[in-house]
Order: sequence, then C-alpha cells, then structure tokens
Amino acid sequence: MLRVIVRRLLQMAVTLIALSALIFIWLRNLPGGPIDALLGERATPERRALLTKALGYDQPILVQYGKFMQRLVTGDFGNSIRTGEPVTAVIGRAFPATVELAVAALIIAVGLGIPLGYLAARHRGRILDNLSITATLVGISIPIFFLGYLLKDVFTQGIHWFPPSGRITTGLDNTEVTGFFVLDGLLTREFDASADALWHLILPAVTLATIPLAVIVRITRASVLDVLNEDYVRTAEAKGLRHRIIRGRHVLRNALLPVVTTIGLQTGSLLAGAVLTEKVYNWGGLGTLITDSISGGRDYPVLQAVILLAALVFVVVNLLVDLSYAIIDPRVRVR
Amino acid sequence: MSESGVGILADKKKARLEELAQASVEAGGVSLFRDALRRIRRNPVGIVGAVIVGLFLLVAILAPLIAPHDPYQTFPALTKNLSVDHIPGAQDGFPLGSDPLGRDFASRLLYGARQTLFVGVVATLIGLGIGVLLGAVAGAFGGWVDVVLMRLTDVMLALPGLLLAITLVALASKSSQWTVILAVAIVAVPIFARLLRGSMLAQRESDHVLAARALGVKESAIVLRHMLPNALTPVIVQATLTFSVSILEAAALSFLGLGDPDLNRPEWGALLGIDGQRYFEVRPELAYYPAIAIIIVALGFTLLGEAMREAIDPKNRR
Amino acid sequence: MQATRLKAAVAVAAAAAMVAGAAGCAQSDRDKDSGGAKTGGTFIFAGAGDPKNFDPIFNDDGESLRVIRQVYETLVTHKPGTAEVTGGLAESWEHDSTGKVWTFHLRKGVKFQDGTAFNAAAVCFNFDRWYNMKGSAAQSQMIYYTDVFGGFAKNEAETAGKSIYEKCEAKDDATAVLTLNTYKGAFPGAFALTSLSIASPEALKKYDADKVVQNGDSFEYSAFANEHPVGTGPFTFGGWDKAKGEITLNRYADYWGEKAKVDKTIIKIIKDETTRKQELRAGTVQGIDFPAPADQKALAGEGFQVLPRPAFNILYLGINEKNPKLKDLRVRQAIAYALNRQQLVQTKGPAGASVADQFAPNTVLGYAPDVQKYDYNPEKAKQLLAEAGAQNLTLNFYFPPDVTRPYMPNPQEIANVLSNDLQAVGIKVNAVPRPWNGGFKDDVQQFGKQDLHILGWTGDYNDPSNFTGTFFGRAKVEFGTQGMTEMFDAISKADATVDDAAKKAAWEQVNRDLMSKWLPAVPIWNAPPAIVVTKDVKGLVPSPLTAEEFNTVTVG
Repeated sequence: MLRVIVRRLLQMAVTLIALSALIFIWLRNLPGGPIDALLGERATPERRALLTKALGYDQPILVQYGKFMQRLVTGDFGNSIRTGEPVTAVIGRAFPATVELAVAALIIAVGLGIPLGYLAARHRGRILDNLSITATLVGISIPIFFLGYLLKDVFTQGIHWFPPSGRITTGLDNTEVTGFFVLDGLLTREFDASADALWHLILPAVTLATIPLAVIVRITRASVLDVLNEDYVRTAEAKGLRHRIIRGRHVLRNALLPVVTTIGLQTGSLLAGAVLTEKVYNWGGLGTLITDSISGGRDYPVLQAVILLAALVFVVVNLLVDLSYAIIDPRVRVR
Repeated sequence: MSESGVGILADKKKARLEELAQASVEAGGVSLFRDALRRIRRNPVGIVGAVIVGLFLLVAILAPLIAPHDPYQTFPALTKNLSVDHIPGAQDGFPLGSDPLGRDFASRLLYGARQTLFVGVVATLIGLGIGVLLGAVAGAFGGWVDVVLMRLTDVMLALPGLLLAITLVALASKSSQWTVILAVAIVAVPIFARLLRGSMLAQRESDHVLAARALGVKESAIVLRHMLPNALTPVIVQATLTFSVSILEAAALSFLGLGDPDLNRPEWGALLGIDGQRYFEVRPELAYYPAIAIIIVALGFTLLGEAMREAIDPKNRR
Repeated sequence: MQATRLKAAVAVAAAAAMVAGAAGCAQSDRDKDSGGAKTGGTFIFAGAGDPKNFDPIFNDDGESLRVIRQVYETLVTHKPGTAEVTGGLAESWEHDSTGKVWTFHLRKGVKFQDGTAFNAAAVCFNFDRWYNMKGSAAQSQMIYYTDVFGGFAKNEAETAGKSIYEKCEAKDDATAVLTLNTYKGAFPGAFALTSLSIASPEALKKYDADKVVQNGDSFEYSAFANEHPVGTGPFTFGGWDKAKGEITLNRYADYWGEKAKVDKTIIKIIKDETTRKQELRAGTVQGIDFPAPADQKALAGEGFQVLPRPAFNILYLGINEKNPKLKDLRVRQAIAYALNRQQLVQTKGPAGASVADQFAPNTVLGYAPDVQKYDYNPEKAKQLLAEAGAQNLTLNFYFPPDVTRPYMPNPQEIANVLSNDLQAVGIKVNAVPRPWNGGFKDDVQQFGKQDLHILGWTGDYNDPSNFTGTFFGRAKVEFGTQGMTEMFDAISKADATVDDAAKKAAWEQVNRDLMSKWLPAVPIWNAPPAIVVTKDVKGLVPSPLTAEEFNTVTVG
C-alpha cells in the first residue's frame, strides 16, 4: 500500500512538472500577451521594447523557465502582472471562495442526491422514478451557465429572494479570518455576516450543484438497484427481516460504496462548473481568476499558477478517492 | 493498483471503461453490436434518443431546403426597426424575427443545427481518432510505448474537461473555430485512448488472437483485422456520449468569451453564449431557442448513448 | 458511518435554509436604516474592473484613475461635466511668450490627507520625482508622463526621447515655476491628467513610492501605491478588500473645497455588465458605469437616471496603406462612401451616439465644420473603385471580438455591419477576429498585418494633439503611414503654435486635409458611454473625460 502511494505521488509530481513546463513555455510563445494588456491603446514601439526588457521577455525561453522554477522552489509563484500582487496572495484569496462554493454545492448534491436516488430505486418504474430520471437527464444536458442566468433572472430580478452576485453584501463590515465568509462569521460571532454570506451562497451553489446532483442521483439509484438484486438482500427479505432494517443495514451501506467514489470524482465537474458559475455570479474564486487572467489581461503568472493548482487539487482528490476506496472495499486491496 | 500501474487518477472511471471494453471483447465484438442494436429497439428511452438524433441530423442536412432565408444576409425589413435596444420579433416572412444584426433568426437556428453538428461530430471524430490511435498503439505494443503514451494521457487527465479546454484555447496562438473544435476534441482523447487500450490489452491474450498468432498472421494484421474491430463497440457508445459533452463544452467556451471568434456562424452554443446573453432582456428568445435546442440534442445523444451502453453491458444480458 | 454523515449533511442543509431566511430579514432591516438622510451615508458605485494600484504616475487605465481621482488632485482641472480647464490645486497660471515657462499660483491652506502642507515645494517634489525616476520597471509604467514629457533624467530605454522637462522651482510657498525646454500644445490641458496628480512628498518618501521591483515577469509596487496613497482630494483611501472586490473611500474632513456629502464611497468591482445592471436593480449598488447600450432604455423606463457622458471619444476604421491598392486615395474614399454610418449609429450605437465627420469631437479645439464629408453613397463608392481599377478588392478586416471599450461597446457587431456595407459595393471582406490582448493589438499596431481594422480613443484632455496628433502625428504601422511626412510636418507645426488663434487655424487646416487629402482612416462615430444611478442619487455630474468626482454626490 505504502509503496503504491509513494509511486503515485512521484508520478503525480512528474505529471505536474510536465504540465507546468508545457504551459509556461507555450504561454510565452503566444502573440499579444501581458505587454499588450499593460499598454492598452497607448502602445508605441518604444514602450513595447522597454516593457519587454523590463519584464525579462527578451531572454531565452529556457532561461525564463529556469528562473521561474528557481523561484517556484522557494514558494514564489511570481506576481500578478495586473496588480503586482504576489500570485500566492491572489490565489490564497480565491481558493477559499471556490472551496466554499464547491462544498456548499456538494452538500446540496449529496444531501438531495442520495435520498432521491434511493427513493427512485425503491419506487422503480413509478412516477417518482421516471420524474427523477428525466430531471437528471435534463440536468446533465443543460448548459449550466444558462441555468445560472435563468435562476438569477427569476430569483433576483423577478422576485427579489436572493442577491444577484457577490459573496457578501457590499459595505457589510465583517472580519475576515479564514476567507470562508460563512465560517468567519461563526468564528468571530458576527452571525449576521455568516447569514448574509450564506444567503449569497445559495443560488450559485444550487447552480453548481446541478451536474453532481444529477450524477449522484443516477449512481445511487443504479447502485441501490444492484444491491436490491443481490442474493443477501433477497435472503434477508425471505427471512422476514423488517424493511427498515434491510434498508439501513444492508442496502444503503453497500449501495453507498460506489456513491462515495462518485462524489470524489465530482471534484472535476465542480472545478469546471465553478468557472462558469463564478462568472455568472461575480464570485471571486479560482474560476473567475482563470477567465480574467485569460481574457482580461493575459496575466500569465496567475493563469499558470491557477491551472497548476486546479490540476493539483484534482489529482490529489482522485488519489484520495482511490485510496479510500481501497480502504473501504477490501476486494480492491486484494486485486 | 491497476494492472500496469500507470493510472494515477480516476482509476475507477478507467476501470469501468476497461471493464466495458473487456465485456465487449468477451461477447465477440461486432456481433455484440448487432445484438445491442436489437435490444435498443426494445428500449423506449433509446428510441426517444434515436428519434431526437435522427431529427437533428435531418434538420442539419436539410437546412438549406427548409430555412426560409440565407442565414448570413441582413434584411432591410428587419434592420428598419432594429436598434440597439430593440430587436424586431416575428413578422411576415420571418417567423422568429430578427437577430441582433437584422438577419433571419429562424434560418440561423436551422443552419445552427448544421454548425452544431459540425462542431460536435468533428470534435468527437478527432478525439476518437487520436484517442483510438494512442490507445491502439499503447495496447498493441505495450512496454515503454504504453508507459509513455499513458503518461501523456495522465497529463491530459490532470485537468477536468472544461478546464483543459479553456487552457488549450488560452494556449492557442490564433483563435478560430478550429481552436474550439480541437480543444474540445483533445479533452476526449484520453477517454478514448484508455478505453481502447483496455480492450486491446484484454485481447492480446485472448484465444482468437493467440490462434491467429499461432497461424503466423502478421502482428499488424492481427491488430487491424482482429483486435481493432472488436474494440470498436464501446468506442462508438462513448462517441455518442462525447458528442453531447462536446457541444456543451463549445457552448461554455462561447459563454466565457473563448469560443469561435467568428460570430457569423450560427452555432447554437455561440448563439446562446453571446447574443443570448447580451440581449437576454431585449429579446429573451435569442437565448431560449438555442438553449432549448442544445438541451434537446444533448439529451438525445445522451439517451441514445446510455441505451447503447446498457445494451452492451453484460450485466443486462439475460 | 455513511448514514451518520448523511444525517449530518441533511442537518447542515436544513440549518442553512433557516439561516438564509433569517438573512433575508436582516437584509431588509438594513435597507430601511440607511434611508432618509440627505448627507452622510454610503454611496456604492459599481466599477467595471480591477484597478492596478493607486500611485497616479504609474497608472493610465480608467478603473485605477477612477479611484485615484477621488484621493488626489491635479494643478489644473476640468470644470465638472466639461473638458474645459479650470483652476485645481493652482488657482491660476500663466506662461511666458515662448510657452516654455509656466508659473502656477497655488491655492493656500490646502493640506494633504496626512496633515502635511501642500505648497510649491511639494509640487516641485512631484515633478522632480517623475523626471528622476529610475529603473526600467518604473519608467515603463509611466505612460502618461512619457506621453507628455517625452523622457527622463536618465532614460532606461535607448529608444526613449529627450525629456522636455527642465526644472521646477518653488519661488515662494504659493508659486511654483515650471520650466520646459520646448513649447507643447498639450499644455495646460495635460496638467489636468489624473496621472500627474500631486501626492504628499512625506508619504511618497515614507512608503518608498519609487520602489518598483521586477519580480519574475511582473512588477511589484510600493506600499504607497498599494496601501497608503495620500493626496489632497475629498476622499481618503480606506482600503481595497480584494476578497470582496470593494474599495472604500472615506470623507476627508479637512478638504479645502466642497467636502464630500457622503461619509463613505465604496467602489464595488463587477466585471460583467449584466450583473452590474442586476445589482443596480436589486438596490445593492446606487450607481453603475458602462451599462450595456441595450439596457439603457429599459433602465430609464424603470426610473433609474441614465446619464450619458458628453461624447469625447472616437471610433475609426483604420486603413493600412501598406497595401498598394489602399495607397490610392480613391480607394480609401470609396471605402468611406460605402459605409452607412448613419444606420450603424441607429442600429448599434448607444444613446447619444452620432456619426463622426472627423477625428476629434466637435468640442475639441480645431474642429472644422467644413471638412469633406462622406455621406453614404454606394454608387459613388463603386464608381471610385472602378476609376482606381480596384474592383476585385479583397481586404483583411481585423477586429477584437472579446472586449468592450467605451467607444466600442460591441466590436463584433460593428465589424459585421461595416463588412456588410463594404461587401455591398463589391469589396470582398475577410473578417479576422483577434483577441484584444491575444494578438489584435500586436498584429495591428506592431506588425500591420491588417488592411482594415476598428479601433478608437477616449480623450484625456481638450487638445487636438490628444486626438488627431496621437493618431497621425507620427509614422504608424497601424495605418502604414511611414512615408507621409507632409502630414506629420503639418501636425507638428500646428502642435508647436503658441498663439491661440493661429493654433486653432492650423489644426482646422490639418483636419480638412486629413479628410480630403490624406484619409488614413475613416472616422465612424462619437459614442458617449453612460452612467446609471438610482433615483435618489443627486449631484453626480457625468464627465466627457469619464472623470467623475464623487464629493458632490448625495444619496437618499
């Protein structure tokens, strides 16, 4: 087991380094870029030349990459081209925002998905089942930015139930500790800030939860159906065990194994979905950072750091999922 | 963990793909495909999917015949009342009214089926082509070729689909429709590669391949004539599912401002992501119609794909 | 174990729902509290992007300058709502007959926000700081300074020019004398550039303002620029909460002029135009900048105040004379005649847009009403093309599909309409979309790959050198104007004219010749960007220079 973990960590490192080199070198060979972004309409040839020199873009690409890696080792990801702020600070701020959003979405997806999937399986072929299947299919077929737009239009413009964007009411004087606004409110006992942040969180979280929810419902349903067909459940039923016990002890526990895996695998869909959701709701997280650093200002130091971070998170979570699966399900370990 | 130890991620998903591939091999590939088709015919969900897909193909092919107008032409009848905060609705000869530039919206939607089909199919085919090639080579040769190719797919799999597509678009030196298609295609590459490799590995030691080898058939012929055809059924299933993912990803890229920069092309994702967004309040139909079209078509391909997958899944063979 | 976790999840979800309900109530209470007061309170204004930093000299973009403008002031300023210069930190000024020596009579009793005195020494400290700035990092970011003064005491780049700055002397506390080595028409307008704001020398020194460090491939600015900007303006800088995207400005109680009516102004950064509008409707912000042109009418209908800025910008269709076919004036004129600009204004222009007949708006000195006009005339266009033997013309039309600029809210659609017009007279147009920061500016301004392109400009101050002069005063790859010395000479002569009447006449002639003889581009429109505020916001004066000041604003 330990050997497997070590080997996979090594492979992970290799993958990430390869990715970083690829992105770094490639980005710097693109037309336009930070120089264009910094100069706007006022670019003159002299200004371009000066800026190219000042930014070190006139050096050979491998020298630039070497310097980048050198700094990276010391934990220095460079600075945002736009604001000059260290990239670590920029990301440190955006990361909690995305995690807060993703966790909220996951809570919704799991909290609704498992019961729904279970109910659908139990009522297989009946209205509830058909309804939930149809809904999940539409759920994975709808462009989620469009869903976000619809929700926003209905719930913030038609009826004013929720705020249209942002993480907290503008001008609300709250104390930031961890960067997770809901949590911060609880920690500092500023409960109104917590509530306010939660209130801002709901629509984006619902939007982001759509796809994971649909997937979890489907997997839970399928998995529960599988288990219901297993011999031991039939045996239990034949033995006359009460439904409640069968449900709790046998069906759910066994059915949840694949669901746990699925939840882990949804990290990817959450990360990708966050890019869209955050743009719709002006949510200052990693997703916004990615789109802004591409179209906004070609902020390459930020862009490459965020992409690497996203890859790291995705890869680590996948590793954890595999490991946890191996721990939960002894059969996997044997294989 | 997995047999050759190359997987660093999503092993479960991969395992599932390989399992499917294996199943198809065991069932004897091509004949299984026929068998599956037969079973889809008995599956109402699959029929709904097939009908949607069929209609979509029909519209895409017949667009020039059924569209009332040239989708790229502006009409004085429409520009007359067009202003920045008013887009004319339905009127004589223009059943769905105007688009933001005074072109016939209905014709654009119909031609949009074509563009959307083009983006989806080409992206899927490219993804499939490269993926199958990588997977087949890796599976057929094994050894270091396998290790190198699978490490390559690992790099691709290190980012979730849309993020990879965004990164690729950001890395493209020129943006065009092809940037989008390629980005979306490359996202699908590792999935196809894994799928095919699993199937090839499973076959290398299978009876009919061993038999062929014993008869002195050339290795290349074994791969081309025996192993590849058998591995294709799950690939076709995956391609069907990849299509809906592709058009959704293309739409998302448009929304993020990273899509096809030539907005003359009425691809549905672009219609929804650009005009639909910008003129949502002036004329919400500009968003609703392409959105509904995308949802229905994505749904259709998903239904069809799921039905096919279920059909070839040995668990369901009774 | 799974079951417990499930229960916990459900419990959290339920709690979340309850708290959310409570939040709804809390919010509406808060709204009630803030109503009623005429002065005091908070004004929340939605800006469209992140600022860079708050050291005026290192900034040239609207979002940074929006904040800087509230914190700092300039020697000369503009009358609210116009591009006319008036006294700022200098009550009055004069120049000698050569136009090289400028004397500023400074306002007395003005204090920087850190309590130090504003005086002639402080003014000269700022000018000297700019002139003596060291390091290529710092110099490369002083865009407006180099535009106006040309160079530094020691230029880091070989290509930079000689500085026109000689010296600044504090004759007495209230008199600063600035000596230049040449006259420049840009003055006194250029003294009103927000980038040339006067900062507190104490704060500049204390927070190491000149330290701009290159780290990797970006620049790191000083504590002065990021956290402690100090000027003489009506608001003090209260901080930029980047996690929330809010910049807080507090009323400066000792401000010499009209003190801010509100206690606090918050600039909320909302990049998406739809979201800005939705926040305005939700009542969470009281004003937004750059509403989508499509939304302006609806917002006005809902009772919001839509305040168009007087147009002080220009959108043009650039023509690249590198293409030998386009070197022929008749072909360029044919292009001008082919464009139905009136219809473009009607179908795609924001409220208040108008067709531009020359390269500077009519409020700018030197505007000539009698330039050659090119009213829509496709027949004439075809005829001119035939005369020039250019019937089978194919042109590459570059445009940026991914941005909105104040003068160009929807580049893709504009390019589309213009292409259609050109196609209609038989010119084949090859649309080449290029991302704004991903090749458009490179290809157009550096490599000149285009035949046609759209681009524009927002004026900084009221002088033709800031419009016509910027575009055509020197050889530019953008227009392929390398050989047009006649044009460059005429423009630099006009710019060097000191006498007001003669200067006006010279520029008028330049504008006439530009439209009849040279035609390096076709002016398309002047399109004023708007501001939208809620009904109860009073005192916000939209500025043609997008230089609104918030001290006169009241809420409620």
